[in-house]
Formats: sequence, structure tokens, C-alpha cells
Amino acid sequence: MADISIKGLHKTYPGSTELATNNVSLEVAEGEFMVLLGPSGCGKTTLLRMVAGLDFPDEGSISIGGRDVTYLPPQDRNLSMVFQSYAVFPHRKVRTNIGFGLVMKKVPRDELEKKVAWAADLLQLTPYLDRYPAQLSGGQRQRVAVARAIVMDADVLLMDEPLSNLDALLRLDFRAELKKIVQQLGSTTLYVTHDQVEAMSLSDRVAVMKKGQIAQLGHPITVYEEPADRFVGGFIGSPPMNFLEGRVTQQGALEVAGQSTDAPEFLARSAARSGGLPVMVGIRAENIYIEQRGAPGTLDATVDVVEPLGHATLLTVDLGGQVIKVQVASTVRVSPAEKVGLRFDQAAIRFFDTETQLGLTA
Amino acid sequence: MAAPDAPAAARPRPRPAAPRGRPPRKSSTSAAMLLIAPSIVFMTLLFGWPMVSGVLQAFGGPEGLTTANFSRMAQDPYFWSSVGNTLLLIVVMIPIQFVLALAMALLIRAKPRGSSVYFYIWAIPLAVSDLAAGLVWLTVFTDRGYLNSVLASVGMEPVSWLAYDNYASMFMAVLIAEVWRATSLVFVIVVAGLQSIPKDYEEAASVFGAGFWDRLFHVTLPLLRPSLQTALILRTILAFQTFAVALALTGQNFPLVVGETYRWYTGLQDANVASALALVVMAVSMVTAIGYLKLLRDQSEAPR
Repeated sequence: MADISIKGLHKTYPGSTELATNNVSLEVAEGEFMVLLGPSGCGKTTLLRMVAGLDFPDEGSISIGGRDVTYLPPQDRNLSMVFQSYAVFPHRKVRTNIGFGLVMKKVPRDELEKKVAWAADLLQLTPYLDRYPAQLSGGQRQRVAVARAIVMDADVLLMDEPLSNLDALLRLDFRAELKKIVQQLGSTTLYVTHDQVEAMSLSDRVAVMKKGQIAQLGHPITVYEEPADRFVGGFIGSPPMNFLEGRVTQQGALEVAGQSTDAPEFLARSAARSGGLPVMVGIRAENIYIEQRGAPGTLDATVDVVEPLGHATLLTVDLGGQVIKVQVASTVRVSPAEKVGLRFDQAAIRFFDTETQLGLTA
Repeated sequence: MAAPDAPAAARPRPRPAAPRGRPPRKSSTSAAMLLIAPSIVFMTLLFGWPMVSGVLQAFGGPEGLTTANFSRMAQDPYFWSSVGNTLLLIVVMIPIQFVLALAMALLIRAKPRGSSVYFYIWAIPLAVSDLAAGLVWLTVFTDRGYLNSVLASVGMEPVSWLAYDNYASMFMAVLIAEVWRATSLVFVIVVAGLQSIPKDYEEAASVFGAGFWDRLFHVTLPLLRPSLQTALILRTILAFQTFAVALALTGQNFPLVVGETYRWYTGLQDANVASALALVVMAVSMVTAIGYLKLLRDQSEAPR
């Protein structure tokens, strides 16, 4: 086990002018489960490949456990990795697939067999040890890929979208299983995904990436509740955060959709100084409540679409020309075209700068 | 037009189920026959008939069927030396060609600057006819050829590379010419095979601690097995048929089996013995191909 320290990584792929990673720095503590989250093309896989040694950076450094590995080939880094495509060797039985890394490390035979048996048991692969990968289902192949990675006792465990090729139900099961296994091993893990639910559920910390840079790094709940900018708020959460155009007046009122409520203290102060301040108001669907039209402290709105989801009901609501999503309990009865009042949970409202899109905090 | 999703029962049945279990297939069978008829005719005319007549010729004699042609063939003083030469050439040449082709294909895959140019240059011999290749190498190895000119220019005695009493150098000349000419076939097949292997396997191997040779022997070569098998079968069968290069370089001094077929047919004007020889070559080729298929069978595809 070891920590990972990434400093100022620049990488451009040959034939491309865009930076795949742009000055990325990241510290992963020993034993930490770090998730790299972002849309496709954001550089998360490139970053992982550079940690693995499958690609080399143009600039910057990577050290694992205090050892500079920036330009070492993968086989000299003491890593293990789970690939998106599994990359389970088709010409080898499950047993030798799992033991591959140990054979390469020249681990004595009895120890090797013990470890393979342990990993196979942990991942419920014992009955399949003498089969070829072609005789396994996708989920079983995935387990072989994970088993092959965890027998290694490597300094660092890397995972590149390991669940993305599984069907939805299997993914849910295996996600919990994976979390348990990694917690048991306690290994330093760098995990790449574009699935925000995976990121939230697995990580100790999550690094949200955008266009080759880390947009926000933090505890998953913090990232969810206090997105550092509009991109993060819009990327994490289902439905994503609502954004409303608003304005803080010089008198300290927050105007949204032609109606006004009180603005928070810090915004009112800076608005008083600048004589009015345009802001982007961010609020999550579950932090908006439906009330009677005209109740004090509510905004007048009209329900557009009602989507019952079972555990909750998702409403699409027209708020003075701006469309937002509202999630209410499934017991709430509303119908389309109904005129309602919306109450925002004041503690859950986030403000963003209209120019820089960055979050505004006190 | 009938709605495509109309229930099956509502659709008009093309024909009631045949009462005695014979599927109503007659018309479609004859259409299929009609479609494959041209290729059957061509195969029969151009492949089947010559083969049958060749076999008949090999066993033919003035008084009906006989094995006399085979005994004449075996008693010929050149026969066993031609068999020996052919086998020696195959045993030495095939491994050299495979190692070279694999090395070249791996170099191309590493994508150095101008790798596509190298690919075409290395594939050129594929387009050169074997007699032409033999003649090219003749200009190198002949007594007043390029090789001796080079030797003379550095002050060394010229050597009669292709003299009949210099077996080793004669063999080397044929070997070099054949390696030059025919390695590109293996190369092209191996390049195609390498391209079909996803990069992930080697990357996974290297992450799990495999160096270059480990990756080559534990991952690349096993995954390349189908391509290698194809190349091996093709190359070995074609190597049994090596002939024009040796003829151009050495005349009759380095006899090969198919060269002997040619000599019996044109020089000795005996089509029957020539056919017998050709039949032997064919039998050996088939046995070799089956042997390779059995030997190199992929176990991961074995029945479940």
C-alpha cells in the first residue's frame, strides 16, 4: 500500500492540439478510495493510464509511495488494474488468469495456489477455475478481472470503468460487493467512472473532471451539496441541479422569475456595494417543496409534466418562463397545469457567478 | 399490403403442413442448386478433372493400373536427394521466416516514423514471381556476380557459390533467396493477426508485471495462434513446392521434389512418373496441414 502523488500533469495525444490533461495535481492518501468522475473525453482515463504507465505525460510527475514512477514502464510500478474490457486472457483458464500477476512476480507455487483459491472464494469463482473465459458470462469474466487484480497485493489498485459493461441489476449488486472487497483489502484505489451514482456510493473522495482539469475535489456528499461550479452541479445528481437566473438587488432582495425573496447576508452585502448583482441560483429538485399558491415565501409556478417514479414523483415545473425539476414524495397529488407555490429550502440554495460559473460562498 | 405485425394466424399460410413430414422445400433447393451450379462446373472442370486425370496418370501404364511409376520414381538417383534437400530447406527455412516475420511485424506495430512505408517495402517480395526472384539472386551469387565483385573490391578471393561441389554455399544461396522472397507472406499474415488483437491484453499483462518477453510468450503468441497456424500451413505447403528459385540459381545441382516433377515431365518426357511425384507432394502437403491443425488446436475453443 502506498499513497499516490500527482503533480502538474500535462498530456497531449499525438495528432491532437487539445490537452488531454491540463496541469492536473492530485494527492491520494494511503488506503483511500479516490474516484475520478467526469463525462467522456474529460481526461479521467488518460490520467489513470498515466498512473498505470500505459501512457507517459508530457510534463509533470507521478510518485507512488514516495517513489518517482513518472516514466517507468507499467511492469516496474507494482500496480494492479481492472480494465473496462476486462482484458481477461482468452487463451488461459480462470485459474491461470487469476494467478497471472503472481506467476510474473515468481511467487512460490503453494503461496500462489493459496492466493488464487482465496480470491476465487471471495468472488465466488471457485466452481469456474478450470473453465476458459469464453465459457463464462460477462459478469463472471468481470469477477475474474477483479480477482486477478486483488491477488496482487499491489501498492495501488486501478480500475477503469469496471462496471460499465454489466447490465443494470448486476452492476448494482457488484457495486456493493466491490465496495466491501476494497474496504477489506484497504488498498489505495483510483477508480474511473462516468457514472455519478457509482462515484457517490464508492468513493472516500471524488475528483470531478472537466476538459482535462479537476473541477472539484472532495467528499462525495460535499461535492453533491456544494458543487464548486455550475458544471459540477449539473453533472452530479439525477435529475441534475436546477439553475435559475436571478438578481440580488441593492436592497438585499433576491429576485427570481419576477418574484422576490430574501437574499443571504453575504450576497446582500456585496450587492449593496455594487448596486445590484446578477446571480445564478442553483437548487436541487428534492429541496423544493410544493405548497398552496400564494402561501407566504413561495414562488408562483405552474406544473407542466408529472412523472411518478415509484419512490418519488418528478415534476417539471414552469417558473416564470424557466423550466425546473421538482422531486416530491409520491404521496403528493398534483396534476398537470395545476398552479402551485414553490418553497425553496433556504439552506440548500447555492449561488453561482453568472460570468465565471463558479460557486459563490460567504 | 399486410400489416407487418399482423398475428401469425391471420396471415395466409403459404401451404398447409405437409402430411407425411416432408418439408415443402423442393423449389428452394433447386434455386440453390442453380445458384451454385456455375462454381460446381468450374471446380469440376478446372480442379476435379485435372486431379482425377493426374491420379489416373500416376497409376497408369501400358497394361492398365500399376505402381511401376512410383518405383521408377523412387529408384531415380535424384529422388532421395531431392526429398532430403526439400526437407532440409523446410526445416531450416520455416523457423527463420517466422522469427523474421514476427520481428518485422512487431517493429511495424511499434509505429516508428514511416512504418507504413516499411510495410509496403517489406511486402514487395510478395509480388515478385519466384523465377524472377531466383534470377535476381543469381546476379548476386553467380561467379561474376555482385557478391564476388564486393569480395574482390576488398581484396578477397572470389568464391564459386553455386558450384555443384559446394553444397553448403549452394544451400545457403537457395535459402537466402527463398527467405527473401517468401517471408513477406508470413509477415503480411502476422501483421493482420496482430492488428486483430486488442491492445488491452498486452497492457493488462504489462500492468501485472510482464516484461517484453513474457508478454510475447504468454500473451501475444498464444493470441496470434490462428494467424500463425494459417501462415504455417500456407508456408509449409508452398515450401514443398519451392522450385523456380533453386532452378534459376543452381540448375539441377540442388534438386528439389517439385523440380524433379518438372524434370520428369519436360526433360525425361514421362508424364506418368511426373504425376506420381506430384501426387506424393500433394499427399505430404495434406498430411502436414492436418498435422498442424491437430497439433495447434486451440484449447480455449474446445467443446464445452
